[in-house]
Amino acid sequence: MLLYILKRIAGMVPAMVAISILAFTVIQLPPGDYVSTYAAQIAQSGETVDSAVLNSLRERYGLGENVVVQYFKWIGGIVTRGDFGDSFEWNQPVTELIWGRMGMTALISVLTLILMWAFSLPIGIYSAVRQYSVTDYVATAFAFLAMATPNFLLAIVLLYASTMWFGVSVGGLFSPAFENAPLSLAKIWDFVTHAWIPIFVLGTAGTASLIRVMRANLLDELHKPYVEAARSKGMPEGRLILTYPVRVALNPFISTVGWVLPALISGELVVSTVLNLPTAGPLLLQALKSQDMYLAGAFILLSGGLVLIGTLVSDILLAISDPRIRLS
Amino acid sequence: MPSNAAPNAKPVLTVKNLAVEFPVHKSVVHAVRGVSFTLSRGETLCLVGESGSGKSVTARAILQLVASPGRITAGEILLDTGSGELDIVKLGALGRGIREVRGRRIAMIFQEPMSSLSPVHTIGHQIVETILLHEKISKEEARKRAAALLDRVRIPNPEAALDRYSFEFSGGMRQRAMIAMALSCNPEILIADEPTTALDVTTQAEILSLLRELQRDRGMAVLFITHDMGVVAQIADRVMVMFKGEMVEQADVFDLFERPQQPYTKALLGSVLKLETPAPRPPRPAEESPIAEISDLSLHFPLNVGMLGKPAAYLKAIDGVSLTINKGETVGVVGESGSGKTTLGRTLLRIYTPTGGQVNYWRGDGVEVDIARLSKREMKSLYSEVRMVFQDPHSSLNPRMTVYQIISEPLRTNTAMSEREMRDRVAELLMRVGLPADGGERYPHAFSGGQRQRISIARAIALRPRLIIADEPTSALDVSLRHQVLDLMRGLQDEYGLSYLFISHDISVIRYFCDRVAVMKNGKIVEIGDVQQICERPEHPYTQTLIRAVPRPDPRLRLSAPA
Repeated sequence: MLLYILKRIAGMVPAMVAISILAFTVIQLPPGDYVSTYAAQIAQSGETVDSAVLNSLRERYGLGENVVVQYFKWIGGIVTRGDFGDSFEWNQPVTELIWGRMGMTALISVLTLILMWAFSLPIGIYSAVRQYSVTDYVATAFAFLAMATPNFLLAIVLLYASTMWFGVSVGGLFSPAFENAPLSLAKIWDFVTHAWIPIFVLGTAGTASLIRVMRANLLDELHKPYVEAARSKGMPEGRLILTYPVRVALNPFISTVGWVLPALISGELVVSTVLNLPTAGPLLLQALKSQDMYLAGAFILLSGGLVLIGTLVSDILLAISDPRIRLS
Repeated sequence: MPSNAAPNAKPVLTVKNLAVEFPVHKSVVHAVRGVSFTLSRGETLCLVGESGSGKSVTARAILQLVASPGRITAGEILLDTGSGELDIVKLGALGRGIREVRGRRIAMIFQEPMSSLSPVHTIGHQIVETILLHEKISKEEARKRAAALLDRVRIPNPEAALDRYSFEFSGGMRQRAMIAMALSCNPEILIADEPTTALDVTTQAEILSLLRELQRDRGMAVLFITHDMGVVAQIADRVMVMFKGEMVEQADVFDLFERPQQPYTKALLGSVLKLETPAPRPPRPAEESPIAEISDLSLHFPLNVGMLGKPAAYLKAIDGVSLTINKGETVGVVGESGSGKTTLGRTLLRIYTPTGGQVNYWRGDGVEVDIARLSKREMKSLYSEVRMVFQDPHSSLNPRMTVYQIISEPLRTNTAMSEREMRDRVAELLMRVGLPADGGERYPHAFSGGQRQRISIARAIALRPRLIIADEPTSALDVSLRHQVLDLMRGLQDEYGLSYLFISHDISVIRYFCDRVAVMKNGKIVEIGDVQQICERPEHPYTQTLIRAVPRPDPRLRLSAPA
């Protein structure tokens, strides 16, 4: 088991390297280099530029040198010092901008994922066991509707509804009063009252497709010989279904983390922009628009890392649940 | 066994006028119609019939396991509980009543040992669970009993085996574990639904002898469902023959084999016995000329490829095989699963590229080529000369293509025939394989298994090939269809001068159909010779074991159970 996890982690290294190269390519894409863009911007605002500062910046990022050297300076700074470079738009190190927002993104994504599982699992099981029942049809209808509704539309409708009908402002993740307050129970509650909207918006489509995934998986398993064999032993039906077919049908369900997590993170960008949430998405969008490339690169790198970690978690869960993966 | 079954013993199970129906669309399929029989302690009753005869449904009805939408519509299933009779039909499929019968009084083992055990629970978990469902004992005691059961079914290292998963066992071991699980609560009746059909013939012999032994020890009644008359002859006390949901005949095993009363039973036994003797075939010419000559062929798959791409070991799927196929000859390849026989057939078509050796092939134009070394393009031209027929006629035909499209496909890709010419050719081919000429517009699902295999054969001969590799072409067919398909293949051979490489695990069809036979084990040919010699005077010890393990359809040739 330990060996399996170590192997998985080792397998992640090349993927992470590939992501970092991709992120670096994004940084390199705009014409000119970072320092000349930076200098141009400062010059625009009418201030004088200290050429010594520019030179030290050039030195730091290896600008003017070979691309490979630049890449290694950039990634070296991240790996050894946690230095992602500076955001010239904010005139701050990227690290100071990014961690809080990335944390919020991770928090929202993980909460959404857990809630998606919590809802889709029982509904999917019920739908499969009582195939073609009224409940199954209702779940199916909901699932198709929810899958077909775009996230941003759902977000706008919810915003409109809560503001116009209930008079509650739901933008952001905290009320202004709690924005900078220290962590307390009241703050957590405030977060919950705000966070349910983005979680609901983000999770609806995913929950719907997971219901379908669970239903289909379980329908495949329900008529397998081992289920009949277990029934022939005299097991009560409910216990039988939970012990045997559901256990096996869980596998594809668990591995959905692999694709649900990236979908959540990219979906989060749109939803957070609509709802004005302090997560990574809107900042990434802003960074891309203003060619703030070190900031954008850092976001891409960290989002990619988050997805890899999600996949690792799902792989480990799979290995725990399925001995065939663990032992072979 | 006959001697053990007490005469006039009070039956432990009495089935009266059982009927099971499956509503399908707007009609009703009568899967079982008014079947009655009794089962006594210590007795083995074989339910025998071809696919669709209702034998499995009958067995499932006894445990209320008929899959929905099927249901028992009439009849009684009376179980003697020692304190009166219990009608299982009245218990329904859910609820405590039937659960106390399942596993406790009547246990069942299934056909697929590969999939009848949960892949994600240990063997021990599944056996212990069964015991705890029915008995109030501690987990430790249940585990001890489970270990003793595994020991009883001769699984080595029973304590350790409890903590292993089914996929870590071979098919035979899984079926042993399944038997241990079924016996864990000392049932009075064991229902065995084709328990050896998915197993190799030597494993089958072991499982049958184990079942016999356990039955003798425990005085269990066994209801044994099978389609194999050889197995029936080996283990039955009494036999009930079923056909299309009805009971055809019920008799003592010796009476049934020696004095069958009903025409259907006679026909069934006739098809079985027909395969017992080789089909008449013209003598081989004195001067053989080869069409293909395999020499020292090997195919090694690397195993456990490490980080540096260096394999730790090789799986030797084919390990130095030499074999000649002569023009107009049928060469059989027989072996158990994993022997490499299927791989050998596929290597001839370069589905796999061999890692060593040669496959010399003499083309129709007289040129000799080495299939092992041909390029993809050169190989393509051979596909019109060398064709393949597969085992499963259900999955080897594309369900979305009409029969005409299926059969004309090789013509389309390999010839310049016009659509009209192809229509004529397909109609001619269909007639040749014994199907209606206008069947081309229908889809494969409209045909039965035997007819589908005829479609596969029509596709294979469409290009007038010279060599056909037939991989278990009759294994998925009922016994009454087997010799028909083989006779068709024989007729085509005479007509076109075809050569066959005939791959099978079934000695009887090999004996019926082949001129020479090669016996394979672990990727090697252990013995090769004239089919008569191999079947009657095998020289290699493995061939001897293999031939001896084949259940003969004659109860007088019964293997005695080990003492």
